Amino acid sequence: MNSDMEQRIDSLDLPYRTREDLKETLVDRDLTVEQFEQILAMVFSEYQKSRIEPCEAVGVVAAQSIGEPGTQMTMRTFHYAGVAEINVTLGLPRLIEIMDARREPSTPTMAVHLLDDWAFNRDRAREVSWQIEAAPLHEFGDITIDMENMQVLVMLNKAVCDRRKISVDEILETAPRKIREKRHFRDFDVEGDLKKVSLTFTPKNRESYQNLFQLAEHVRHVIVQGIDDIERVVVRKEGGEYILYTEGSNLKDVFEVEGVDTSRTRSNNISEIADVLGIEAGRNAIIQEALSTLNEQGIGVDVRHIMLVADMMCMEGEVKQIGRHGIAGEKESVLSRAAFEVTVNHLLDAAIANEVDELNGVTENVIVGQPIQLGTGDVKLIAKPINLKI
Amino acid sequence: MGTSLDVLKHEMVPDHQIMGEGEVADLLATYHITLEQLPKIYHDDPAVKAIGGEVGNVIRIIRDSRTAGRAEAYRLVVKRPKK
Repeated sequence: MNSDMEQRIDSLDLPYRTREDLKETLVDRDLTVEQFEQILAMVFSEYQKSRIEPCEAVGVVAAQSIGEPGTQMTMRTFHYAGVAEINVTLGLPRLIEIMDARREPSTPTMAVHLLDDWAFNRDRAREVSWQIEAAPLHEFGDITIDMENMQVLVMLNKAVCDRRKISVDEILETAPRKIREKRHFRDFDVEGDLKKVSLTFTPKNRESYQNLFQLAEHVRHVIVQGIDDIERVVVRKEGGEYILYTEGSNLKDVFEVEGVDTSRTRSNNISEIADVLGIEAGRNAIIQEALSTLNEQGIGVDVRHIMLVADMMCMEGEVKQIGRHGIAGEKESVLSRAAFEVTVNHLLDAAIANEVDELNGVTENVIVGQPIQLGTGDVKLIAKPINLKI
Repeated sequence: MGTSLDVLKHEMVPDHQIMGEGEVADLLATYHITLEQLPKIYHDDPAVKAIGGEVGNVIRIIRDSRTAGRAEAYRLVVKRPKK
């Protein structure tokens, strides 16, 4: 093959991968121009055959192709999906969750990749994990309730603080601030002692024991290190590098932690991905999550069907669910919407708003008994009387 | 803090490019469509902000397609509707 032929391939109206494959196969072969043209013609006609035909009902085909194997999926799973002790929803519930475009998946999780300086050293990977994993105050020392003086005493353990790379005065500053900000509990005074590495909390209302215990509860559970939403982090070695798997997801804050690779870290929370990385990343996330959920159950669905669904969900610039509050609920036609769910409400609202149904879609035409605009039903006879003499 | 986030460098984000006016006209002519028939993308989408797109621009997106290897898609930048 010579460079002329290569250019000829590039100029063809074929998908990128087909062109690359063709070039790769032909690269060291001796071809006459005639043979080359013959090959091109055959490739081209095969490609034409493989394309979907105009007016084909791709949506229905996709629905069937995902729906039928879906019936064979596990109804409920409590799997520990391969990844160390982290529980991830799988099977049908997960697929429904993806299609419903929930704001929060029932088990949000992240795979945090690390930059080169951190990824190959267990201790440094652990350091990053401490910056991410939410750690309540009681992990850093002993908390006692002094009933006599109506106080909550925190004796910090210096060794633990040093090991987890957080300074004592940082804790002294964050603990009261976080109780006020995140836990919305303000009725207390605080005194920190840097020398004795201790904190003393005193409730404003010194008469009530209930108040004291409430304060103690807040003190015990206030998050002083890490990101609030991330409950647990597991460090795992995969292919030579350390990867952090988390329970809980917060892409935005994790991206700010030092050592985190902001180009590979991912979450299973699709709407979060769409918010932080954009709608196109959201589309990719839907495809990936749906495909891996199906494949994990040993179900092979062609990616084209899932791509179609993902495209529909991301058409308008944000992730929309498939259903009453999304794609099906925003159809133009009243009859089509009424045929889906909550029939009476739609008809009533349409009557009040004086809506007109143009009968352009499939469902409404089936309802009124007209030919539908799909397949052969969409083709009208057009005759151009050029040579016709009347 | 850590390395700053560059949305466009993330492996899940495909290439986004702002199209010129001539290119947009060609695109609409090839598919016989109007501008409003294109899929949308919000003006405050992180990827649009990163390339400096404005309302009314058409964005060309070069996706790593699982079927075609590489595929182009187009989106019209619109204002995010108020809830």
